[in-house]
Amino acid sequence: MRDLSERRIVILGIFLVIGVVYLIRLFYIQVIDDTYKLSAKNQALRYVTQYAPRGLIYDRNEKLLAYNEAAYDIMVIPRQVEDIDTNSFCELLTITKEEFIERIKSARSYSTYKASTFEKQIPTDQFAQISEKLYQYKGFYIQKRTLRKYPYPVAGHVLGYIGEVSPTDLKKDSYYKKGDYIGISGLEKEYEKELRGKRGRKVLLVDVHNREKGSYKGGEYDSLAIEGKALYCSIDRELQAYGEKLMQNKRGSIVAIEPKTGEILALVTSPNYDPNLLVGRYRSKNFENLVANDSLDPLFNRAINAQYRPGSIFKLVESLIGLQKGVIKPSTRIPCNRGIINCHGSHTNDNLEEAIQHSCNPYFHQVYKKLIQQGKSSNIFKDSEIGLREWHEMVTKFGFGKKLNSDIPNMLGGLVPDVNFYNRWYGEGRWAFSTIYSNSIGEGELGVVPIQMANLAATIANKGFYYTPHLVKAIGDEGIVREEFITKNETGIDSNYFSPVINAMSAVVNQPGGTARRARMDSVEVCGKTGTVQNKDRPDHSVFICFAPREDPKIALAVYVEYSDFGGVWAAPISSLMIEKYLYGEIKRKDKEQRILDASFLTIYEE
Amino acid sequence: MRNRDSISRNLDWFTIGLFGILVILGWFNIFAANYNDETKTLFDLSQNYGKQAIWIIASIIIIWLIILLEAQLFTAFAYPIYGISIALLIGVLFFGQEIKGAKSWFVLGGFSFQPSEFAKVGTALALTKYLNDLKKSNQQFKVRFTTILILAAPAALILLQPDTGSTLVYAAFIFVLYREGLSGNILLIGLAAAVFFILALLIKSTSVTFPFDVEVSGKFILIISILIILVLVYFLFNNKRRKLFYPLTIAFIVISGYIFSVDYVFDKVLSPHQQNRINELLGITFDPKGAGYNVHQSKIAIGSGGFSGKGFLQGTQTKFDFVPEQSTDFIFCTVGEEWGFLGSFVLVILFMTLFFRLLFLAERQRSTFSRIYLYCVSSIFFFHFAINIGMTIGLAPVIGIPLPFFSYGGSSLWSFTVLLFVGLRLDAERKHVLR
Repeated sequence: MRDLSERRIVILGIFLVIGVVYLIRLFYIQVIDDTYKLSAKNQALRYVTQYAPRGLIYDRNEKLLAYNEAAYDIMVIPRQVEDIDTNSFCELLTITKEEFIERIKSARSYSTYKASTFEKQIPTDQFAQISEKLYQYKGFYIQKRTLRKYPYPVAGHVLGYIGEVSPTDLKKDSYYKKGDYIGISGLEKEYEKELRGKRGRKVLLVDVHNREKGSYKGGEYDSLAIEGKALYCSIDRELQAYGEKLMQNKRGSIVAIEPKTGEILALVTSPNYDPNLLVGRYRSKNFENLVANDSLDPLFNRAINAQYRPGSIFKLVESLIGLQKGVIKPSTRIPCNRGIINCHGSHTNDNLEEAIQHSCNPYFHQVYKKLIQQGKSSNIFKDSEIGLREWHEMVTKFGFGKKLNSDIPNMLGGLVPDVNFYNRWYGEGRWAFSTIYSNSIGEGELGVVPIQMANLAATIANKGFYYTPHLVKAIGDEGIVREEFITKNETGIDSNYFSPVINAMSAVVNQPGGTARRARMDSVEVCGKTGTVQNKDRPDHSVFICFAPREDPKIALAVYVEYSDFGGVWAAPISSLMIEKYLYGEIKRKDKEQRILDASFLTIYEE
Repeated sequence: MRNRDSISRNLDWFTIGLFGILVILGWFNIFAANYNDETKTLFDLSQNYGKQAIWIIASIIIIWLIILLEAQLFTAFAYPIYGISIALLIGVLFFGQEIKGAKSWFVLGGFSFQPSEFAKVGTALALTKYLNDLKKSNQQFKVRFTTILILAAPAALILLQPDTGSTLVYAAFIFVLYREGLSGNILLIGLAAAVFFILALLIKSTSVTFPFDVEVSGKFILIISILIILVLVYFLFNNKRRKLFYPLTIAFIVISGYIFSVDYVFDKVLSPHQQNRINELLGITFDPKGAGYNVHQSKIAIGSGGFSGKGFLQGTQTKFDFVPEQSTDFIFCTVGEEWGFLGSFVLVILFMTLFFRLLFLAERQRSTFSRIYLYCVSSIFFFHFAINIGMTIGLAPVIGIPLPFFSYGGSSLWSFTVLLFVGLRLDAERKHVLR
């Protein structure tokens, strides 16, 4: 027999080759190839976003304006969806089979292995029974979110609303991920970075049946969500609510400012809406309703976006500029010559205080003429250009014709016409004082938004300066919000020039025959100025600005009621009630209040 | 009776050490595969790891008994043991419990027993006995026939259960036969058959389109290539042309016929799930959620272990049931996932060391019986190892056979233990020549 023991080498060789091949293969799939590691993570780990609750919003007295409520999204990872009982699932979520198919399709088109939202914002009460059964459906899980909730249906425009991030937001800021919420308007938008907090992440283990099996590596890779910072508003919730109540059935706005600080106490626009409507899964439907089915456009914030002619209240600005430029003195009398420009009342030859009190148009026509035609050039057109340029510069210092550097997004700046404006309008050298004199009484090309009118009242109350009107006093623990909110804006008018103007404003309210007698209060000296902006074929806009008390003013106001009547008829009493509410917290003059509440101009708006 | 001390001294403690390490590591991995937050005690008898602990303790008693027995008993009773194995295999077809579509188990109370595992021991002993007792004879045909019969009888009975995996284990004996004189050509022909089988399957559904819209199926291209190679051989060996003509012609006809028959065998003989598994293995189909699910998940588990693994009890893929049959056929996944390449490497080296040690033990025997038997043991272990680990890493088709000493299961652990320790008991007698 031949010796076969050499054959052991062959057998040994075969064993060895297999062993080595296996080791190489193992080295390849375990060390070199990363795809399996990725697959394992996708399968066994679930990354659940921990959404941070948005910061709470308080009013100036630390009363809540906005808080958060839990809501639940159902998420789907399309590639994990298998063997589910579609019928019972649709029943659970009360959706149709077509909707189910459609949603899965759209989730799949986003990503098959990343989670998409399948059903949004299920309220807590419905959530309980869904969560009990959801584990039966592979590929679905629950994601906790928070929704805004407003204890009082006020200040919707101030607070703004939130919604899902748009593709543009996603591109602009890498913080955001699809499905995140972002502030879209109001404070929610302006203070988005502070309010949003910081999103956290939880890494969970899931088994083959899609059941959660606790946290991955004892939570080593988890990060906690950090709640957004609280916002302390300057708004007074009671005053805001009262203002909104007074403005019911009227179109217009109320802006109240604390002159000493520039803090906005109330920013009322009417009509408005309940902020709770623009929350959650019904947001877009309600939004459409507000836009499409309401001719009064409740989403339009008139306090910052409606540009009006200021009317007679602008005479205050003319007076102050005239005094500062020395073209008039308080004692200057000007005959009420009603040839060029009409007037009202029985005065004939007023001094400045009387002219403000009577709102004498020819007086301010003359003041404006002196400001525009200073005789610095023999050419009347050139002279007007020089005059207008100087006038424009001074008017602008009152916060007109430019956007106030505030924390209210999408505010308009209004218009104070300048040389370029008229050059474009009429052509260079083709206009002079006689072309533009309407500005003298707040008509003409001037455009002002209500917040600028209130700011004018505050500036006069402060005798020459203002702090930029703003909505937020403090964020979280930080006191100062923005440097510009504590920086004085000087008008360049000497404070002693304000005395005659304030005297006149007091007379407007308190003297017998004053145009704003309805704003008078027994206990507090209110100083104000009415405005009546004329409209063709329709009632006038009723305008009133004021501040009170005269000494150490606590509140400055602008009230604008569209198409109602003379300034003194509606805007003045509304201001007065607002002052009473703010200073005393309650209204004693119930009949006055009732008169305002009963007033409705809706039929006029609908014409 | 000889002194027990001398047996103990002559036992191969190195192999026993390897055995001990593998069994203990196996138990830890079964524990890890079944571990969950509710795990309270290490010996929870309702859990696989608790039961496995019992099997391990029981196997120590079995080892003790084997060592106590006289080595001659194994030679004397080789055929009766084989006979009992065959009887049990027949019995299980009638009295066995059907589990997962196969009648492989006797179930008595809470205890179940798988005769196909024990049949390996019986077959190894019988084959050894038969080959050992062969006198130099010219009755080659009779020898071959008897050998095939010894192997085919249990294999066929197991196939009837049906348990394809355990049946295929009998192919492992080819190493033993080769060592004992089987022509090497048969190994080569077997290898060639496997290669052509795979090639034929790979090109089954491909075709090449030549100019003028002549579409030729892959099968023809394969056959034409073989023809060209054979013709080249014919012309290369210029001086032996005459001698080569007929063999080459026959080779061509046989290979062509074989290639054509592959389709038929594949479609008609193999069951659909077997076809799917082979298609997945060869990359002909890719269906990670269907036929390829097991292997796909198994590769993810092993691959995700990385270089040093996720750590003991930290495997997510195995713990959360992504990997099927994780305590039995796919136990290696737990090693790969929790211990990484380092763990896999150590395990492969441990097994290779065991196989080489057994080959070394075999070759040092003066007794032919002992040598042949140890070759049987080594070959069976190797086959299990190669198929089991190969399937978890996608190098072998999914054939459900256990990894020796590692996989959960009393019957398999005991039969591997008996196989090994009978061999070691024989080795302890190496200074004597057993008849």
